Amino acid sequence: MARWLAWWRHPEFQLGLREMAAVSPGLAAWGLMTGVAMVKSGMSPLEAVAMSLMVFAGSSQLAAIPLIAAGAPVWVIWATAFCVNLRFVVFSAHMRPYLMHLPLRWRLFNGYLTADLSYVMFTKRFHHPATDAVGQRNQLAYLGGGSFFNWSSWQIASMLGIGLAHSIPTNWGLGFAGILALLGVGCSLASTHLRRVSAGVAAMAAVAAFALPFKLNIVVAIAAAVALCLMLEHLPPTRQPPRVKGPA
Amino acid sequence: MNPSAMNMTDGWTLGVILGLALVTLVTRCFFFLSSQPWQLPHWAQRGLQYAPIAALSAVVLPEVVMTQGQLITTWLDARVFATVAGAAYFFARKGQGQAVLGTIVTGMAVYLPLHIGLGW
Repeated sequence: MARWLAWWRHPEFQLGLREMAAVSPGLAAWGLMTGVAMVKSGMSPLEAVAMSLMVFAGSSQLAAIPLIAAGAPVWVIWATAFCVNLRFVVFSAHMRPYLMHLPLRWRLFNGYLTADLSYVMFTKRFHHPATDAVGQRNQLAYLGGGSFFNWSSWQIASMLGIGLAHSIPTNWGLGFAGILALLGVGCSLASTHLRRVSAGVAAMAAVAAFALPFKLNIVVAIAAAVALCLMLEHLPPTRQPPRVKGPA
Repeated sequence: MNPSAMNMTDGWTLGVILGLALVTLVTRCFFFLSSQPWQLPHWAQRGLQYAPIAALSAVVLPEVVMTQGQLITTWLDARVFATVAGAAYFFARKGQGQAVLGTIVTGMAVYLPLHIGLGW
């Protein structure tokens, strides 16, 4: 208990909480509409609560909901969720050096709770893994604060959505606030020229490849953007006019 | 789940949900499930710094400019105006203070009247 309290009081944990709180209206609206969608698809409240608490992944839940309602084969549902979640596999490669100092059970604990925005905010704040114990503790505290707020606001909103499913209108499009939250965080990442290139390439690739099944367009877009940015890194930053050789 | 069993709890659905939870765990922890010492090649590690913004914009743009898998053919779409207004707010504030919160609030302030009021 005292150990958890020490984490809670850590300044980096508090900072993680505060920074995640800024995007919480978007998260909440998104969680709310996911809760509504689960019940409207015909799930029982118990199933919807179990799904929200255990699966804890908005996009894969939204992909699985119609498949469950249609009684699709189990492996199709799981494979769909896996593909929709493939971006997390990319994120886990990024997170690996930050977490490898932990024992497996704590890596699993932190990894499971690291959803899109916790990952993005974390890698935005810490560009390199810490090399000493104090730094590692700071990083973990920040990650924990963000993940904790993300998890709680998502779950509370989802429960509200499940409870009020039949009185919340779905045609208002409240879930769009979730997209705006991602937009705001995306804008805050656009700090270098190549990152803006990455955003532009990924956005266009995701639209162009939209017809791919299982939301694979997201993974294709990330791969295209990362590959192009790596190639552009090798170009000289500014073109200089060719030097004229001649007598001095 | 068959239609006559609407909103009834059944074991099949709970089993599917349990599997989906496992999918979340495995995908989010994929590259640190094993404790073997192993390192990503240097170029891949550098490349990953471009992944977060790529992932976000790859999720966002299709949600703004596509409907039912098709590019929208009209400008009269509340999402487009809301996105432009939200991003404009963010860059006008230069990302300072609660700029992300402001992006959400501004975007929704544009989105809701256009979408509910005008049906865009």
